[in-house]
Amino acid sequence: MQKDEERTVHTRGEEFLQVFKKGAEFTQDLLKENERLRYRVLELEKFQSSGGEAASGADVRKLTERIADLEAEKQEILDRIRHVEEENQDFAARYLEIEDENNNLANLYIASYQLHSTLDFKEVLQIITEIIINLIGAEEFAIMLLDEKSDEIQAVATEGVERSEIPPVRLGKGVIGEVATSGESHFASDFEAYERDFTAPMVCIPLKIKEHVIGVLAIYKLLMQKKEFAPVDYELFTLLAGHAATAIFSSRLYSDSERKLSTIQGFIDLLTK
Amino acid sequence: MSDYNVLIVEDSPTMRQLIAFALKRIRGVRIVEANDGVDGLKKLSSERFDLILTDINMPIMDGLKLVSLVRNDANYKAIPIVVITTEGAQEDRERALALGANDYITKPIQPTKILDVAKSLLRIA
Repeated sequence: MQKDEERTVHTRGEEFLQVFKKGAEFTQDLLKENERLRYRVLELEKFQSSGGEAASGADVRKLTERIADLEAEKQEILDRIRHVEEENQDFAARYLEIEDENNNLANLYIASYQLHSTLDFKEVLQIITEIIINLIGAEEFAIMLLDEKSDEIQAVATEGVERSEIPPVRLGKGVIGEVATSGESHFASDFEAYERDFTAPMVCIPLKIKEHVIGVLAIYKLLMQKKEFAPVDYELFTLLAGHAATAIFSSRLYSDSERKLSTIQGFIDLLTK
Repeated sequence: MSDYNVLIVEDSPTMRQLIAFALKRIRGVRIVEANDGVDGLKKLSSERFDLILTDINMPIMDGLKLVSLVRNDANYKAIPIVVITTEGAQEDRERALALGANDYITKPIQPTKILDVAKSLLRIA
């Protein structure tokens, strides 16, 4: 029993000693920290007394100036971004324009390629008809050619109207005759108000090889979804008319020469057989 | 090896070329041309297509009949069809769409429109 009590007292004594040691260590740490802080206070006092405050004032000024510089730089960058964005918009608009031009050139290339792909007169007329429907968007029109012997312009192919409905026109008479004489295109002033008149088409384009007019394209009605001509249509029309005229002229020449050749061949056959 | 097979059914060679030229801007596109609906069906039976563009007014078999036949055939009914035509009336458009056409473009030809519709139906971003 006594031994137990002695052991307990001993254990408690050891515990107390441990606590005391820890307290001593903590007190020593506090003293060290206190010393460090006192040293730091001294350092700061020394720094302040040697003009530390003035130096921080200069720093503030420098920093303020730097901020102002950075603000100016930021504004400049923002201005440049705005400028680049404006340029981008211009480029995007230009890209669309170029794409449109590219499409028109591609259409024109295909149309002219088709027109010059044959020397058959009827086929050339068929191709011109297809081009006017598919590229120009016309529903009723006539391809009219000039007979240089009689000075009369007559329909050789029509779409949407009967060929017999289109009266022949004398060179210089009416809208068609005027266009064939002057070589200048005619466009009605108001497409919506236009009423079909076979002697005065809505649009009349001369078929010209250089300055020599061989006929006209007379348009009386556009497709219902085609309300008006876009600016590019006028240009496209003129360029196509030029190619159409050449194709008509070449195919006619070829047909005539073929006919003459076959006549000559007939004579030769008669004489030699 | 092409990524997309496109069938153009149109009786006008000029129009076929104009459509083909517009579509060739899509990378990896292969174009097959047919003169009319019957020719189109013949081409359809010989290979797989990802898109059909057809005119309405054609000899032998018109475009609407072709749309109807394609939509009623289990082998082809999933192929998107675009009708390109001179017929601009609303009822013509509704009729073509009711028969199963996916889009309806009117002439005169606008390459940008054809390209946009084809890209959308071929799911090209």
